[in-house]
Amino acid sequence: MVQRIDRDLNRFRQVVRGIVKKELRKFMVTGELVGRQGRGYVSIPIRQIEIPTFRHETRKFGGVGQGDGEPGTPIGRAENDGHGPAGDAPGEHIAEVEVAIAELARIMAEELELPNIRPKSKDIIEAEHGRFTGIHKNGPESLRHFRRTFREALKRQIASGSYDVANPVIIPIKEDKRYRARRTVHAPETNAVIFYLMDVSGSMGDEQKDVVRNESFWINTWLRHQYKGVVTRFIVHDAEAREVDEHTFFHTRESGGTRISSAYQLAADLIESECPPSEFNVYVFHFSDGDNWGGGDTQVCLKIMSERLLPAANLFCYGQVASPYGSGAFINDLSGAFKASENVVLAEINSREEIYDSIKKFLGKGR
Amino acid sequence: MSTTEQLELASLIGEIEDYARRYGLDFFPVVFEMLDYEGINMVASYGGFPTRYPHWRFGMQYEYMQKSYGYGLHKIYEMVINNNPCYAYLLNSNQMVDQKLVIAHVYAHCDFFKNNAYFKNTNRRMMDEMANHGNRVADYMSTYGRDVVEDFIDVCSSLENLIDPNALFEPAERREDRRMTDDAVPLRDVARLKSKSYMDPYINPPEYLERQRNAMNEARAQQQFPARPVKDVLGFLIEHGPLSNWKRDILSMVREEAYYFAPQAQTKIMNEGWASYWHEKIMTQKALRASELVDFADHHSSTLAVHPGQLNPYKLGYELFHDIERRWNTGRFGKEYDECDDIARKAAWKRDTNEGREKIFQVRAIYNDMTFIDEFLTEEFCREHKLFTYSLNERNGRYEIADRDFRAVKEKLLFQLTNLGHPFITVVDANFENRSELYLKHRFDGVELRSDYAKATMEALYSAWTRPVHVQTQVGDATVVLTYDGTTHRERALSAADAA
Repeated sequence: MVQRIDRDLNRFRQVVRGIVKKELRKFMVTGELVGRQGRGYVSIPIRQIEIPTFRHETRKFGGVGQGDGEPGTPIGRAENDGHGPAGDAPGEHIAEVEVAIAELARIMAEELELPNIRPKSKDIIEAEHGRFTGIHKNGPESLRHFRRTFREALKRQIASGSYDVANPVIIPIKEDKRYRARRTVHAPETNAVIFYLMDVSGSMGDEQKDVVRNESFWINTWLRHQYKGVVTRFIVHDAEAREVDEHTFFHTRESGGTRISSAYQLAADLIESECPPSEFNVYVFHFSDGDNWGGGDTQVCLKIMSERLLPAANLFCYGQVASPYGSGAFINDLSGAFKASENVVLAEINSREEIYDSIKKFLGKGR
Repeated sequence: MSTTEQLELASLIGEIEDYARRYGLDFFPVVFEMLDYEGINMVASYGGFPTRYPHWRFGMQYEYMQKSYGYGLHKIYEMVINNNPCYAYLLNSNQMVDQKLVIAHVYAHCDFFKNNAYFKNTNRRMMDEMANHGNRVADYMSTYGRDVVEDFIDVCSSLENLIDPNALFEPAERREDRRMTDDAVPLRDVARLKSKSYMDPYINPPEYLERQRNAMNEARAQQQFPARPVKDVLGFLIEHGPLSNWKRDILSMVREEAYYFAPQAQTKIMNEGWASYWHEKIMTQKALRASELVDFADHHSSTLAVHPGQLNPYKLGYELFHDIERRWNTGRFGKEYDECDDIARKAAWKRDTNEGREKIFQVRAIYNDMTFIDEFLTEEFCREHKLFTYSLNERNGRYEIADRDFRAVKEKLLFQLTNLGHPFITVVDANFENRSELYLKHRFDGVELRSDYAKATMEALYSAWTRPVHVQTQVGDATVVLTYDGTTHRERALSAADAA
């Protein structure tokens, strides 16, 4: 009986999934889902999941109630606030559904046609751990498997005819004994660290930061799905760079100039000191409006990248967010210098509409 | 649940059944089933029928109920199914005193199902019927593909409120299964004789076909079809829609289920009121032990609780039955009482008629919510129970108490009960503009249609009818016709002359 409802429940989840899939581009562009993630799930607002019927526009019509109060006494808010008064049967409105983050990532993969990330070669990052899943004939008494031992003894006694139904005493001998055994599992320790670098100079406005926040939500969703443990680090820079927490990252506003090399320097230092590529899959995402200070600094940037960042990182992504002030030259410098690099991805994000394509570009490498 | 508890419960059921019979309740045999909360949520998601056809919306209901049970927002104590025998589901985590109350409640529901006139023509073997529907739908799914069938069920469910609840007084056979044996689609064009392509111009001469077509169109143009507006839109689609056999079958299942559930929607207030009246009587006069009093009072009062600004159908029905009993016990009825203007005399009215019990049994047999409220909701009752109407204050988006006037309250309540609260929609013309387009008319009673839902529903209607559909309705002061032609929605205003 329970299976029946499970089937329909699954079907419902598929329906939800279909809607999310259809609306994925919209969600990415508007950033509606940002900040809606809970533990392991995202709560997604969905319209029109109920079956439409001809019905009255009851919102304005009101109804009949019971209780104290003078005419004019408020009794509740209109239904779009979620607290409709009388007459609303429960279950008529599901405005939000919860979708597991893993599921959302799978939907992303299907819609954006993302390849799974190829693991780094196993001997680089590997951990050994064991689990007691095997059975051996020898072992310490503390690991004796009672049931298996009993079963062996029972089998032997029945086979040899020494089993007495009236007096069912089972005495195991040495050959009957079974022990739990440890099996070593070699599994890649899938840890990843994501560095988000952002230009917070005066030319990056709220609109630009919103784009970055939106990008980071989807990148996190995807990488969390691919790796077991994901750490995010945030670096802001203008002429100086510093590491900050997530909230500060999205809410800082500086007015200074821009020296991108400061951020690259800091990121490279952090990677070398705290997140060595032998233990971590390193991802670097840098967002800027592409306006770097003076000619000399860009050369410094290229040098740090080719010598320190690129060898360490699985992927280096640069997203150039259009702003009314930025000259946007930096992306050209990068594309000139790293045309042949496998792990460099560059994208221009000129409007919200392009978020979708840039994410596809960033994560489409399978690295 | 332990064996001793089960035995105790079994003897309780016997005991309460006996009390119920001695009070004069008359019911089908009742089969009780004990379920855990997951089980009862599941049964509730299927509308009481665990064997119902597969559809995602039941899964949605279930998810919703599981969540709100998990968060402690609501709990289903019991469910009763109108069937012979009646099936009643009890929640196994209920306390014994709750079970007692619920069992008494169940017997009163069963009495209502058996004796109320509006249930007279409902299928009392619905449990089996639903299982048959489930199997048939599963068959169609394996033959035609799950998605295709499911999409069509979506379409049907969109239209399921387009029925005529008064048709319940027709004998059941006329509403029943209309499965057809041939795959015939109603003629849209002149019939042609079968022929090889090179012979076609000779066997079916184009001039002749043209003449025939003109004659047919002329004949069609002259006669209005349907001759009178049809309220049972589902029935109309089944008989005249260009549907293949399996689609017609599914549509008739959905329609049959809609007709089965309609009387329950028509008698919600009465049915719950009746059951609450009797669980109270049976408990307080017979079944309750002294030690259970507090728990009983707690449960009973939460069933009848009034939340600010809400109308509780249990409470309204319960109080009305009590009011009726009181009035008919003290002679507060009839011409003399109705015409009395003296409030003091009315309040002190006393005739030893003592027909109260008899009267409420009669009421439960021949009324539905609509006629019940119309007949028995008095001005005194309205004042005593503090009923009011509320409406939306556009300025701050809040609902506010609008009026405590008896007439306004009653009018609004009756409006909500008219046609089960659904808009009144009929098929007026199935050959609109002589192009087989479907023309529906919404009878405007002061409340507009919700336009987003109307549009989506018209899309569903289009996929069943396969030709453009029109709905005449009112928006603001203007009469408008909404049209969906398979690709776009249009809306045009009708002049007053056309509207008539």
